[in-house]
Amino acid sequence: MTIKRQSAEELLGLNKFNVDEGHPHIILDKSICAKCDEKPCLVICPAVLYTLKGGEINFDYAGCLECGTCRVMCKNKGITGWNYPRGTFGVSFRYG
Amino acid sequence: MSADEKFDAIIIGAGPAGAACAYVLAREGKSVLMVERGVTAGSKNVTGGRLYTYAMEMVEPGLYKRAPLQRKVVREQIMMLGTKSAVTVDYADFEFGEDVPQSYTVLRAPFDEWFAAEAEAKGAMVATGILVDELLEENGKIVGIKAGEDEMYADVVIAADGVNSLIGQKTGLRSDITPHLVGVGVKEIIELPDDVIAARFNLSGDEGAARLALGCTEGTSGGMFFYTNKGSVSLGIVFNPEQAAKRGKKIQEILQDLKMHPAIAPLIEGGTTAEYGAHLVPEVGLSGMPKKLYRDGLVMVGDAAGFGINTGVIIRGIDLAIVSGLAAANAVIEADGAAAVGPLYEKQLEKLSLMPSMRLFAGWHNILEMPRMFSEYPALANDAMRFMFTVDGKVPARMDKAMLQIVRRHVTFGQLLADGWRGYRAL
Repeated sequence: MTIKRQSAEELLGLNKFNVDEGHPHIILDKSICAKCDEKPCLVICPAVLYTLKGGEINFDYAGCLECGTCRVMCKNKGITGWNYPRGTFGVSFRYG
Repeated sequence: MSADEKFDAIIIGAGPAGAACAYVLAREGKSVLMVERGVTAGSKNVTGGRLYTYAMEMVEPGLYKRAPLQRKVVREQIMMLGTKSAVTVDYADFEFGEDVPQSYTVLRAPFDEWFAAEAEAKGAMVATGILVDELLEENGKIVGIKAGEDEMYADVVIAADGVNSLIGQKTGLRSDITPHLVGVGVKEIIELPDDVIAARFNLSGDEGAARLALGCTEGTSGGMFFYTNKGSVSLGIVFNPEQAAKRGKKIQEILQDLKMHPAIAPLIEGGTTAEYGAHLVPEVGLSGMPKKLYRDGLVMVGDAAGFGINTGVIIRGIDLAIVSGLAAANAVIEADGAAAVGPLYEKQLEKLSLMPSMRLFAGWHNILEMPRMFSEYPALANDAMRFMFTVDGKVPARMDKAMLQIVRRHVTFGQLLADGWRGYRAL
């Protein structure tokens, strides 16, 4: 393969995930996010899981790499709950 | 489990700190339970990275020979990237690979899984796939852990749950981590045949190269890391999340730009990305550590305690984690009663040279926080090289005048002096 730019979706597609359906480990209060001007989450999530759709923050916990950057960077605490996924769930690095 | 089935120690997190601690405790006959939230030990962990071997030797001489390590590093490389240029320093020291090789490149999924299995073979109980929710406290003393409905008790709980230590915060020993204290690392594992890696980095056999670069983060504090593994390379960047947020370019995109840089792309050409990882790293050394690393019934080790040294050319974390795990184990073994463990752990951290090293490098993060380190200086180095190597048939400027001009193009003398002074004071 020739080296090329890859989108976050393509990169996440290479990883192994065991998604805990119905149990998001990161909870947002979108009314707080709506009032947040900076929205650092859009930029700093390495997996680009925070996106804007029709002006509203959208978050997909399924591809989370569990790094904690959003938790550390969330300025106005729109992230009301951040925990690790329940045991065995989430990403499983094969290389790490 | 009832209180009479109490362990000597419960370790939260089966990374290198936890596994080293479990290994030594079990070897010395202590009853140990190590709890890990991943399906296997290592499955939640990411490194740059490399392991400085001395730490494994401290746990047990020769232990590293059994470990699934990647390549022994004999080439230390530093790069300063320009937009379409690069200055590379390549220091090859084959003594680094003799006797006990100084360091190995490492991948954490296989390494941590192996280390936990070694601890298990010594008699430690390793429970994977279990997230510890709470600490159990009685009369101000930590007495165990709670995971789901299960409660487990021990004389000492060892918090080895990593940089984003939610358990550490629950102890009250450390406050929540702030953006200033950490770097965000993202990396791709890119598979390449071993003969290709050897040819591109001038390596033979199991030799490896480690490369760090500045000038690739668009002015944000941080840099590139590049490590050669067996059958793959690790390529990534670490940088300050706060500055990255202000600049507004996605972290993932900066890494993709770096892959396409004309000095980097040929190193990974033909490779196939196999995994994409991200992790936080403790970035400010001693000043980011909690004032106290223990309370009655609990000690903190590894990234959870904030152990990390970054001099710009040497990045240490796994070795410090292992030594801190060893220190905790020694303290538990020596202690006459649980209350003695914390103070003994602090003594061990001194004796094993961990805290003295942390103190020596305490100011170094100030150097790495100079904004000019990440754009102006790498650009200056590249411009100086371009001048020295350019032949176009015209009469070139005098060397001294040209150099002065190049320096002035990027920095003022006031800035140069200020950075020099800041650098000197940081030592």
